[in-house]
Amino acid sequence: MLTRRDTLAIGLGVSAVAMLPVTASATPVDDAIAAFTGGADMADSGVTITAPEIAENGNTVPITIEAEGASEIMIIATGNPTPGVGRFMFGEASGSSLIATRMRLGRTQDVMAIAKLADGSYASTQVEVKVTIGGCGG
Amino acid sequence: MQHLKPAKSLALAAACMAMFTGVAFADPDPTAELVIDGELHLVTRAPSEDDITPYLPERYSGWLFRSEGTRDIQMDDFENPGLLTVDAGLAAWETAEGTAGQSCQDCHGDIEDGMAGVRAIMPHVNADGELRSMEDYVNTCRTERMGAEAWNWNGGDMIAMTAAISMQSRGMPVAVAIDGEAAPYWEQGRDLYYTRFGQLELSCASCHEESYGLNIRADHLSQGQINGFPTYRLKNARLNSIHNRFRGCIRDTRAETFSIGSDELRALELYVASRGTGLSVEGVAVRN
Amino acid sequence: MTEVRPRIRLPRRASAGDSIVVKTLINHTMESGQRRNSAGENIPRQIINRFTCEFNGVMVIDAALEPAISANPYMEFEALVDQSGDFVFNWYDDNGETYTATETFEVS
Repeated sequence: MLTRRDTLAIGLGVSAVAMLPVTASATPVDDAIAAFTGGADMADSGVTITAPEIAENGNTVPITIEAEGASEIMIIATGNPTPGVGRFMFGEASGSSLIATRMRLGRTQDVMAIAKLADGSYASTQVEVKVTIGGCGG
Repeated sequence: MQHLKPAKSLALAAACMAMFTGVAFADPDPTAELVIDGELHLVTRAPSEDDITPYLPERYSGWLFRSEGTRDIQMDDFENPGLLTVDAGLAAWETAEGTAGQSCQDCHGDIEDGMAGVRAIMPHVNADGELRSMEDYVNTCRTERMGAEAWNWNGGDMIAMTAAISMQSRGMPVAVAIDGEAAPYWEQGRDLYYTRFGQLELSCASCHEESYGLNIRADHLSQGQINGFPTYRLKNARLNSIHNRFRGCIRDTRAETFSIGSDELRALELYVASRGTGLSVEGVAVRN
Repeated sequence: MTEVRPRIRLPRRASAGDSIVVKTLINHTMESGQRRNSAGENIPRQIINRFTCEFNGVMVIDAALEPAISANPYMEFEALVDQSGDFVFNWYDDNGETYTATETFEVS
């Protein structure tokens, strides 16, 4: 049980923290993007994501990313506990900058794909995938 | 025990049909064709017979109720992850085990020959007049003839073997016997199907006969057929056995559920299998 | 862990210089490290963290994977086959094991 002394101490503590200079912290999504692009701008065309509008089950969501001429593609699940999904580097024997796979989504969220293009610039796009809670399922 | 009056049930079934075939539904497409690898056509719609499913206008495979992406995965034997487990079962078929030093193959021959049509008639009354599921037959062979340990009904080894055996009936119509010695088990299963269980007081029929085609939260209710088991469920990314699925459903009504491998679930399995008579065995299906 | 069995699918035919679709599937639970067992203990992460495909020693794709990739990871991509040769696929497990599959491909 909290005594009055405790309550006052906590109150003071909270206000003390509130007065500390606090810089805006980057979100994990921002960090993931920055790690890939180094902070560069991202064009908003040149990448296409094919994913279901409503995922049959969040545990296994088919997704295809295509970005013509890209040397590398990164997929980010902006609403997952950790946003990283995968980084795909295309080598000299690659036939196209396309990757199709299946991913886990914890809840309805935007899925983002960022492509590093041949000229070193970046492009990105995102789509919303709805993840529902099944009614039953044993 | 509650039975629905026929008139009410037919009306409800008609409502379900309308929902299912209604224009509003883009998914699922009731005209979709289940063709494996462009070659093997599976029957997903079968006529409903009065003596088994008097309240169903037609029998539908659960495949029709899933989204297009999920349906596509099942149509490709490479993309269907259930096939990975089938491979394990096929390997086990040829592996000798137990004190007799024999493999399944030593007695049954190649699985394509020895197990053709077996899944389509399961569960089945054995020579002693007892109803037995496929898992029982496998374990009887293992313990009495191979001198090997019984496999856990829901363990990886058993599921892999039932998956491999199911594939040998893929494309064949479900054809379980429900007369003669099977009749009392079938009636027991039927009674269970229509009994309301649990805090939510739901029977199998509440969802799968009266409400198929509707949504329970975000799940698209099917008729609860088992012709596609063992089934690869996206939900847990592995194959699931029939009894495991029954248990889960009953548990979701907030009921104390029957055990895997219990007589009640065997009887229910026989009855539910008979409700799918005419649908094709789907080997390992892909569902939610 | 149960035996790991990779599967590869390549087209039946292609001409030299074609871009062909390569599909791969491998059984692996891709344990994310976020689940708990029935005793409430955290199940440690164990995933395939990297997947590579080479054709005649030249890289086709090099993928770094995270726990958000679904169990039984499926990868589909395209490879340029300028001549006949060998595909080598490697899946790298967190536990240090590497699973390898090879496929020969003939161009017509």
